[in-house]
Amino acid sequence: MIPSKFDYVKPSSVADAVAALQQGGEDAKILAGGQSLIPVLRLRLATPSVLIDLGGIPELRGIREDGDRIVIGAMTAYHDIIRDDLVKQHVTLLAQATETVADNQVRHRGTLGGSLAHADPAGDLGAVALALDAELVIAGADGSRTVPASDFFVDYFTTAIGEGEILTEIRFPKYTGWGSHYEKFNRTAQAWSMVAIAAAIRVEGGSIAEARVGLTNMGTTPIRATGVEQALVGQPATADAVRAAADRVTEGTSAPSDADAAADYREHLAKVLTGRAVLAAAG
Amino acid sequence: MAQVRVTVDGVEYADDVEPRTLLVHYLRERLGKTGTLVGCDTSNCGACTVHLNGQSVKSCSVLAVQVDGAEITTIEGIARDGKLHPMQEAFNECHALQCGYCTPGMIMQAIDLLGDNPDPNEQEVREGIEGNLCRCTGYQNIVRAVQSAAAKMKPGSTADTQSPVSVAGGGE
Ligand code: FES
Ligand code: FES
Repeated sequence: MIPSKFDYVKPSSVADAVAALQQGGEDAKILAGGQSLIPVLRLRLATPSVLIDLGGIPELRGIREDGDRIVIGAMTAYHDIIRDDLVKQHVTLLAQATETVADNQVRHRGTLGGSLAHADPAGDLGAVALALDAELVIAGADGSRTVPASDFFVDYFTTAIGEGEILTEIRFPKYTGWGSHYEKFNRTAQAWSMVAIAAAIRVEGGSIAEARVGLTNMGTTPIRATGVEQALVGQPATADAVRAAADRVTEGTSAPSDADAAADYREHLAKVLTGRAVLAAAG
Repeated sequence: MAQVRVTVDGVEYADDVEPRTLLVHYLRERLGKTGTLVGCDTSNCGACTVHLNGQSVKSCSVLAVQVDGAEITTIEGIARDGKLHPMQEAFNECHALQCGYCTPGMIMQAIDLLGDNPDPNEQEVREGIEGNLCRCTGYQNIVRAVQSAAAKMKPGSTADTQSPVSVAGGGE
């Protein structure tokens, strides 16, 4: 289908983009990589009055090291994240999860910032940002503010990004030397996660010293499995110990029931997949 | 209306387009490049795959205005001096198409794949083309064609292409 009519602006700085957003009012929409938005426009599920394309702002693209952080511009494409040496070395889990998103063509266009701002609970990267304690930098008319991932995801397709604000970068602490794994369950190529588990583990002397576990599609937002994390610490990285800890994964979740799976099936999946993810991460 | 200046298959164009015009519609309806197809309304099928600044994209999921200043290559721009691209030849020789609807997108994605990985194994080919759906072939001969083209495209190679398997036996 052909999208309904809209105006289009392509600002060349974040300040201009914020100004355009404020001028555009309620029906203005940000266009990042467009791999969620353009299909939605085509189906006329959204009919914005103006699209503000962030594609002309070079400072929003790229990956850099900043002390003990890896900083990723919001408009950095999945394809570039997967291949980046800094990400591979210090934020391996992000590279692993990003590789599972959609398909090659989409990964050439889709962006980390676009995915997080869209906040589809079945999207893969929210659980990673949450598990790894990422910080999100949001620009508005009065400058920038930084929001921890734990405060960023508010509800189904809803984030802490306010009206007239733009997500500009995502800052990850370094997890150098940690083991990690993204365990995604779906049935066909390109399909969204029915459930997926993001796990990063630091093993010391045969037992688990630190654990981070994030859940995809087990509620209206990505969820941090703090119960599992607590249960894992101090345990040996054995199948029995990990499976016992994984049983706590459903605490605080509200798994959806939909055409793909019922809630209780998702809960079962979450336990099994958490075991797999943690064992693979502890490797 | 917005202006778009773009190079498509080596030719420069400047056009006024509505911002809502999808790249695939611009290519087909304005430039007459109907080799690039539309197979779905959900960004799944990959029939519309073209290269945008050297990277494969689904042209139904890009706006024409977004490619201002860019270079696009479509299936119509990969033959050289009347000679098919090695990937096109391999699809032909390996019988990698039946109805042919997925073929332009498959070929464009397969060329992109070999740019990232010049010698993919079978699993890597299947993953590389996961964004492209084929309703006819069962993918077997498509995978063979991509690997055959990879062998031919290796510098200095004179390798013969693999012969196709019979498609009459119900697949493997
Ligand atoms: S037409 Fe199907 S993915 Fe573009
Ligand atoms: S040959 Fe018919 S869809 Fe692929």
